[in-house]
Amino acid sequence: MSGDPKNQAPALLRRLLRAKDRMDAASHEDWPIRRLARVSGVSEAHFARAFKQAFGLPPHRYLLTRRIERATALLRDTDLPITEIAFQTGWESLGTFGRTFRDITGESPGEFRERVKIGTHELGRVPACVVSAVHRPDLTISVSEKRRRIADGINGPEEKELP
Amino acid sequence: MNQGIEVVGLYVRDQEEALSFYVEKLGFRVHTDVRNGDYRWLTVQHPEQPSFQLGLFKPGPPVLDAATAQAVNAIVAKGAMPPLVLVVNDCRAAFDQMLARGVEFTQEPVDRFGTVDAGFRDPSGNGWKMIGVRKARSH
Repeated sequence: MSGDPKNQAPALLRRLLRAKDRMDAASHEDWPIRRLARVSGVSEAHFARAFKQAFGLPPHRYLLTRRIERATALLRDTDLPITEIAFQTGWESLGTFGRTFRDITGESPGEFRERVKIGTHELGRVPACVVSAVHRPDLTISVSEKRRRIADGINGPEEKELP
Repeated sequence: MNQGIEVVGLYVRDQEEALSFYVEKLGFRVHTDVRNGDYRWLTVQHPEQPSFQLGLFKPGPPVLDAATAQAVNAIVAKGAMPPLVLVVNDCRAAFDQMLARGVEFTQEPVDRFGTVDAGFRDPSGNGWKMIGVRKARSH
């Protein structure tokens, strides 16, 4: 069984987890592969593949889910302006944030905020980290793919680069 | 108290490493450390919680076959085990102390909903949330 290439060594997984933890702790920061690979002590050439194998999605898509998760929490729990939330969660422009947010959640940041502010939440007894993880978007396909699938049904494909 | 939960176990990759982490870095005490051949029943205890033991168990024979043990070790190393919560009087003070002892923090103390919480992992990958005791706030 240890000869199976799908079986990653626990010691490697523990180091990959460190890269995931670092993204969790500072999802607003830039996380180029070079930086993540260094955290894990893995070569740049192998990092993305190893990460995906361990956690089921590529490192940058994981980062995107964390940013959206944080943004949804800030939209829900604070009265910060959306521009400020975009900035705080690591986007360089409001436009990119709004578009990515809509692509992932299906609604704009403003619509999301309006909807959740109406409902009351009863999660006060659950640790905040667990609550936020529960609200993490489940991004099983890439945002560009998700966008393409929608666009194919309506217009031509969009070709904007993602953060 | 006579009835209740007495032991909850964690899977750790190395019991010696886990022992030094929970005792030297977190300040727990050894409750039971008994060996039978390769098997080692090891539990630690929070100094202020004498009725509860945290087991530090290494997955492997005779309880688990080698392949299952490897899978369990992988799950722990991926941080996929359920959350653990440690309550402390002062989260920021505990953070400073534990950081100085070399604890791997995953989240610095953050003020949320009236309490301060932080996150750390044990060497195996088990994730802990550390929460400061809720303070009465004058609103």
